[in-house]
Amino acid sequence: MTAPLDDTSILPLELTDVSFAAGGNRLIKDVTLRFEPGLKTVMIGPNGAGKSLFLRLCHGLLQPTQGSIRWQQETGADRHQAMVFQRPVMLRRSVAANIDYALKLRQISRRDRGDIIDRVLHQTGLRRLADQPARVLSIGEQQKLALARAWALEPQVLFLDEPTASLDPAAIHSVEEIIAAIHDAGTRIIMTTHDLGQARRIADEVLFINRGRILEAAPADRFFNAPENDLAQAFLRGELLW
Amino acid sequence: MTDFSDAFAAAIGLVLGLDTSLTEIVGLSLRVSLTAVAIAAFIGLPVGAAIALFRFPGRFFFVVATNALMGMPPVVVGLIVYLLLSRAGPFGVFGLLFTPTAMIVAQVLLVTPIIAALTRQVIEDLWIEYEEQMRSLGAGPGRAVPALLWDGRFTLITAILAGFGRASAEVGAVMIVGGNIDHVTRVMTTSIALEVSKGNLALALGLGMILLVLSASINAAAYLIQHNTKRWHA
Repeated sequence: MTAPLDDTSILPLELTDVSFAAGGNRLIKDVTLRFEPGLKTVMIGPNGAGKSLFLRLCHGLLQPTQGSIRWQQETGADRHQAMVFQRPVMLRRSVAANIDYALKLRQISRRDRGDIIDRVLHQTGLRRLADQPARVLSIGEQQKLALARAWALEPQVLFLDEPTASLDPAAIHSVEEIIAAIHDAGTRIIMTTHDLGQARRIADEVLFINRGRILEAAPADRFFNAPENDLAQAFLRGELLW
Repeated sequence: MTDFSDAFAAAIGLVLGLDTSLTEIVGLSLRVSLTAVAIAAFIGLPVGAAIALFRFPGRFFFVVATNALMGMPPVVVGLIVYLLLSRAGPFGVFGLLFTPTAMIVAQVLLVTPIIAALTRQVIEDLWIEYEEQMRSLGAGPGRAVPALLWDGRFTLITAILAGFGRASAEVGAVMIVGGNIDHVTRVMTTSIALEVSKGNLALALGLGMILLVLSASINAAAYLIQHNTKRWHA
């Protein structure tokens, strides 16, 4: 294991009255939330509800048009986060070199990089593919590589945007296992999905979002057994939301 | 028609016999154009990538200017370089006019905008796909440039080939700044023009054939490299 840059946690993450508008439409509306360390949060909601936007705002890829998003430890906060996207973007180089590139950007020394790459490839079951060009891997393997690359950075927080959206059941299973392993290694998980089964399997805490508004934030047990919001109830019953 | 077939036979004789004046001309042509393309790629690739990725005042002007300069007439470039390098010009002291170096300078000016403009397009398209992932990994536009150039390498070969095609085929610029001096600055295109005007069609045709073959083989080689490695990298 490599030593983290410093021992201070960047969490909790605090969102205060966060809104995001584009083209005159408010796509995220008045979100006030606090992400404590340690849990696995799963955000669910229908397509177009603003799940991906929300993650991008938290990760700093987008700036809120109103309100503030604050990490407890602001300096270097971006170095302690990683994100896995719905469609993995791999560079046109080998599997190992893709991870190496990410580590190089974080100025990890060459000697440490080799060990880290070995470890994460082993942990994600990709070791035999280390020298393959990343772009010829199946989409499931590419998503595992995206997880390996994120894991190599040893983030305190990992954002995942519908990481299994286009995968088959076997790949979904192994991606979920890897997410659990990353969490067990000490990383805070914040992810989106529209797969309710996956949300039940993974979540400690559920955020329900509809039309840019967080309508319910609750521990997973309570949310799935007795959701308070009527739209959340309808969503769990599989009804269309308007 | 007999003229043509005679010329053709004589041309083949010259080519197969490795005529010394012919090899000299071909050698200089390759040296000038390949050097010019190498320098133009060295400048054009990063400049094109920078215009693609950075937002700065005057960016619009750069985009339009590189696109417009792609079509700059070689004679105009030749004239500009001629004025710059002539005895009375700002760089006259270097005594470069009518040397292969002057020809390289002129071709660099011709080719750089082509490579820069095509690179900008390629890198802009790649950035659309890569931006979020790169920024998430901590690479802003500046740090992403080398990785993007590397990932666009298969397409960028075509940009460089376009530049080479331009350099090896143009006659106007090298004629003006090189002067078509025998054994010094005579290249394939300028000697074809000269030999045609002298009525020496055999040599002209021989040179023309070599020019075509060279151009075709460089393109074929690039295509094969591109094809094979691209398949490997999907």
